[in-house]
Amino acid sequence: MANGYSPTQVAIRETTKTRKNGDGTAPGDVTKPEEIRFGEVKHDLPDPETCRTVLSKMMLIRRFEERAGEMYAKAKIGGFLHLCIGEEAAIVGATQALRDGDYLISTYREHGQALARGTHPNGVMAELFGREDGCSRGRGGSMHLFDWEKRFLGGYGIVGGSLPLSAGVALACDYLETDDVILSMMGDGATNQGTFGETMNLAALWSLPVVFVIVNNQFGMGTALHRHSAVTDLSRKSEGFGVPGTRCDGMDALDVHSVVSDALAHAREQRQPQLVEAVTYRYRGHSMADPEEYRSKEEVEEWRRRDPIQAFARRLVDEGVLGQDEVEKLDAEAIEAVDESVKFADKSPFPELDSLYDDVYVFTDEVPAWWTVDERTPEVHRGEREREAGQVPHDLAEKGAAYAGVGDRQARKRRTPTDRRQEGAQQGPGEDGEAAEEVEPGTTDPATAAAGGEVGSAEPADEGGAD
Amino acid sequence: MPVMRYREALNQALREEMRADEKVFLMGEDIGVFQGAFKVTAGLLEEFGEKRVRDTPISENTIVGMGVGSAMVGLRPVVELMTINFSLLAMDQIVNHAAAIRYMFGGQVKVPMVIRMPQGAGHQLGPTHSHSFEAFYLHVPGLLVAVPSTAADAKGLLKAAIRDDNPVIFIEHETLYGQRGEVPENGGPMRFGEAAVRRQGDDVTIIGISRMAITAQKAADSLAETHEIEAEVIDPRTLRPLDLDTIRDSVKKTNRAVIVEEGWPHGGVGANLAALIQEQAFDWLDAPVERVTGADVPMPYSKPLEQAAFPHEEHVVQAALATFRDL
Repeated sequence: MANGYSPTQVAIRETTKTRKNGDGTAPGDVTKPEEIRFGEVKHDLPDPETCRTVLSKMMLIRRFEERAGEMYAKAKIGGFLHLCIGEEAAIVGATQALRDGDYLISTYREHGQALARGTHPNGVMAELFGREDGCSRGRGGSMHLFDWEKRFLGGYGIVGGSLPLSAGVALACDYLETDDVILSMMGDGATNQGTFGETMNLAALWSLPVVFVIVNNQFGMGTALHRHSAVTDLSRKSEGFGVPGTRCDGMDALDVHSVVSDALAHAREQRQPQLVEAVTYRYRGHSMADPEEYRSKEEVEEWRRRDPIQAFARRLVDEGVLGQDEVEKLDAEAIEAVDESVKFADKSPFPELDSLYDDVYVFTDEVPAWWTVDERTPEVHRGEREREAGQVPHDLAEKGAAYAGVGDRQARKRRTPTDRRQEGAQQGPGEDGEAAEEVEPGTTDPATAAAGGEVGSAEPADEGGAD
Repeated sequence: MPVMRYREALNQALREEMRADEKVFLMGEDIGVFQGAFKVTAGLLEEFGEKRVRDTPISENTIVGMGVGSAMVGLRPVVELMTINFSLLAMDQIVNHAAAIRYMFGGQVKVPMVIRMPQGAGHQLGPTHSHSFEAFYLHVPGLLVAVPSTAADAKGLLKAAIRDDNPVIFIEHETLYGQRGEVPENGGPMRFGEAAVRRQGDDVTIIGISRMAITAQKAADSLAETHEIEAEVIDPRTLRPLDLDTIRDSVKKTNRAVIVEEGWPHGGVGANLAALIQEQAFDWLDAPVERVTGADVPMPYSKPLEQAAFPHEEHVVQAALATFRDL
């Protein structure tokens, strides 16, 4: 279509025509999608090195996500997997505008953000695999990546949950008198959460250095934008709260970069929060378990024709910045990095079961505490020894070790003295040895069972599977 | 030892910790210009200014979330919520974020913050301002939970909570704010996880949570005077971590236990504690563990109904006597 409208956007305009604002305009009327000018050249190319970086980061994200989808199909990855294919320009354009000292926070669709911010693909893939070397040590999974070194403050599984956090980080930047800014990325669905309005209000009220970026991929899970938001120009939704908004072409990394750069500068220097809506499209389903019955194949095809990576690569070749062979080489490097990440993730061990209770609490010298609440740790729980509480809780804790890995009812069963005598008679003396034997296979079994398909067969499969 | 009100003790703790550490700051609804709904923060705006004593809009989830975010990158926020009922609006930030963040990101970051809130019935505030929800927060790994019942504990535990690197749910009691008590001069932070034995006795152990620690002491006095029963009264002071040693040792001595709480009976603190006691001291028990709880209803407004809906001294006396029924 000449003006670049998708069927989705046409539908937005038609539906919203029936609703009227106070001034007689329809909410949809404030939207001017033609301003986005999809597919048109809006900015000169930056220097060749930057062009190369932007392209290679987008390619890395695309190849990573494709491979993650495959690994999910092979059951190497569990749970939910939300891919960001199609949204690479919005992600890379926005994050390239950050300084090293700035913070980034994101939603559960955040593999791209982590990679763009510089988290090693190995750490990301290992996290998806639930391994010890994952960037969240296998505790978070796909939705909860985190990288303190890169100031990537995480993916969050609760829609809108990261918004207050980002305002809090901005408050800290201000409080500590730094000139760091936080880039707070959310989806279109998050704009309907209570935290959206609350956070916009507080950020504006307190003049906090935060830039909100709505990656408008046009769907809140399976509900299209015009079916979930009365106002479809999302850049307007924050304005009533005092946060000015701007729209940009989320399929054009340079446009996103330009608009987000301005917003960051404004937030940093003028101490006024800003909002940017990057209009883009999610090529894949909400998660891997999405049959996509809420949209047509034609609509998806329409957007795929605007592919941000292909368009950018074509332009670089057309303008003589890169040769076609160089583009292909960058893509090959992305594939290689992703292959490497799969090998790395496959070789990384699952977390030790004994680490189950790590990092629930911080232990400090300042305020020592005794952690008695849970007697079901794999080891005698912390503090038990120091308080020398005696044999009973000690024994209970050891028996409770079964909880850490098994679900073996027998091992969890409290034994009466009669039981113990009977077991002793059957299995010989030494109740403790007997209890330990029961726990032992239980704790190791599920680990090997879960790893089994992979650890057992993965060594050879790795090499082949990595091509 | 100086005597002061519970609210003054809290105020002193905040003031001292703010003087000691620039990174400690306060956020909450009407804590500054208005001096706090219960006047706990009186005078702090004057001393520390608007940067460190921040009046917020009525946006509980976001206030708490901003506390979490600022704590992740180095500040030590103390967030005040006007009542524990309002904390339910912030449940997402408390449970899904504050409590989980360190764990779910593999220990890369910590959330050193305090969320203060009053609970409890007695002021006829009806079904949305009078409940006791310590059981909700006790349920959540990653949180610490304090329930001070005296001025001294209020101060010592709040100082500890502010210095601790974990998110702390600090539950005050509305009817205790005006209560006076001795508070050690220049007292430092107290240890979390150390119960107080308020009264020694060999016959029955009464464990009182939050204000119910005081009700339990009155009941114990009455048991001694009227029934010649010497009760041992334990105030756990913190529920996470819980000083189960002291409770268990006492139950082993008395062979009887009564747990008194203001919250609802199902899934309550008493239910949990009764389970722990029977797990760890079953062979020493001479009677079933008794629970005295708030009534299983939303808190009513009307004074007689409200008074009937939370435990009083007589309920505790009856429950203690019930543990002697077989004798």
